[in-house]
Amino acid sequence: MNVIADSATMLRRNFRHTMRNPVALFNGVIMPVFLMFLMVYVFGGAFSVGVDYADYATPGLMLTTICYGVGATAIAVNSDMTTGFINRLRVMDVSRAAVLNAHVIATMLRSLVAIAIVTGVAFLMGFRPAASFLEWLGVIGIVVLTVLAIGWLTVAFGLAAKTPESAGLAAVPLMLLPFLSSAFVPAGTMGPGARQFAEYQPFTSIIETLRGLLTGAPSAGSAITAIAWCVGLTLVGYLWARASFTKRA
Amino acid sequence: MNGSAIAASGLRKAYKDKVVLDGVDLDVRTGTIFALLGPNGAGKTTTVNVLTTLLTPDAGKAVVAGHDVATETRAVRAAIGVTGQFASVDDLLTGEENLLMMADLLHLPKAEGRRVAARLLDRFDLVEAAREPAASYSGGMRRKLDLAMTLAGEPQIIFLDEPTTGLDPRSRRTMWEIIRELVADGRTIFLTTQYLEEADQLADRVAVLDQGRLVAEGTPAELKRRVPGSHIRLRFADRYELDVAGRILPEATRDDDNLTLRVPGDGGVRSLRALLARLDEHSVDVEELSVHTPDLDDVFLALTGHGNKEIDAR
Repeated sequence: MNVIADSATMLRRNFRHTMRNPVALFNGVIMPVFLMFLMVYVFGGAFSVGVDYADYATPGLMLTTICYGVGATAIAVNSDMTTGFINRLRVMDVSRAAVLNAHVIATMLRSLVAIAIVTGVAFLMGFRPAASFLEWLGVIGIVVLTVLAIGWLTVAFGLAAKTPESAGLAAVPLMLLPFLSSAFVPAGTMGPGARQFAEYQPFTSIIETLRGLLTGAPSAGSAITAIAWCVGLTLVGYLWARASFTKRA
Repeated sequence: MNGSAIAASGLRKAYKDKVVLDGVDLDVRTGTIFALLGPNGAGKTTTVNVLTTLLTPDAGKAVVAGHDVATETRAVRAAIGVTGQFASVDDLLTGEENLLMMADLLHLPKAEGRRVAARLLDRFDLVEAAREPAASYSGGMRRKLDLAMTLAGEPQIIFLDEPTTGLDPRSRRTMWEIIRELVADGRTIFLTTQYLEEADQLADRVAVLDQGRLVAEGTPAELKRRVPGSHIRLRFADRYELDVAGRILPEATRDDDNLTLRVPGDGGVRSLRALLARLDEHSVDVEELSVHTPDLDDVFLALTGHGNKEIDAR
């Protein structure tokens, strides 16, 4: 039972951090919104993707929003480790999952808020989804699974990194991966190598699933692949984080 | 009351081929202050980590508060409090919120938690800053808050890893006062330090750690007696005064070129006064006087045959 009480205590702490350091949330929103302007207004006109570009790009931007938000998580987790905060908790016999759970839950809440804002902006820019209520629930479900996967991976990065700076750097590949996926242009239009990478990397299946749900034409194939990726990555991140947490003193 | 709070024997720890602890034995009596003295890299923090259940030793046994560190981790953790080398306070929370968070993690009832927080803020003179974020605190205040957070759990044995490193002299004295009060309440303190003066001021017993081995253990006075560095240096205006003083103080070593005498002594006020009285009796004028007390370098040189700085350079 202590796990729940301790996680709640730690989550209150993370919540205060977010409220007192709104820059983290701001960064997590401002970059994706900027990217959306860039993609939809500047580049989008030149891209021929067969549908309205705002509709095409929004699912990818949802994922991008998650990726931009987790840099703050990696840094926060790492500074808990390097400042001795985690050691203090370990000696106090606080349930060891609590502090990490709280970081993941806080990441989840921040990501959901940021995605809601980004999606709101997308509506203003002409995003017109055809999803039914159930399909929207599906979208939220996939987003939650994706945040869990990326969140646990980021927590593991944060624990493994030597300094907060290198922990922050660990999130950079995550910010670049969407460009090598079907987020902004279809994978089929890319050059050899990039195309194969884009087709098989996890983000593409997640984005295609979101895109299918939002256009009212869900694809079971990509949904299964996406869910498998998310569950797999969550497991890897969780186990890696747990091992680092136990090992480092 | 006078049982063993901490007893360790044969503690060993190595990382790959680097030996950090090489058979450390410790015995700390309940209700005393024990100082582990050593330079950076001697193994002080590793020792603390082993005794506080954060690190499993490769060999050896440690019993803290009557419980085996390796097998009764939970019981040990319930009895101890640890303040690490760097104040691990939450910068974005206020001092009060930091303490309330500790109370929550200790699963104290809400009202009890608020009482504990208020009492600790008062005790550590942090009431005025209680609603300020810890990021705005000075180094001394952060250390105090850090220690207050450790005390929220009413630990019987407190580990302080370099509690005054990086503090200005005034904050250091305040911290010393606080540490003395803690032990007056019947707690046991295990502290690590790089400063001989700190060990001297606070500790009932001191152990000197060098490259993972204890090279000496005893009361501060015993340790200092093993160090020849303590002396009083007298400089005179001319050769005549030096000659007279040399006859009065036959134990002194003279240096004719600099017109100085080096008088061995403990550097204490009493022996200094006695020395001056002897010189006065014979109307010898002293041009300049300085007292040289041994520092960690001298202790290391005397106990290990190599200086403190050599270790740093390695």
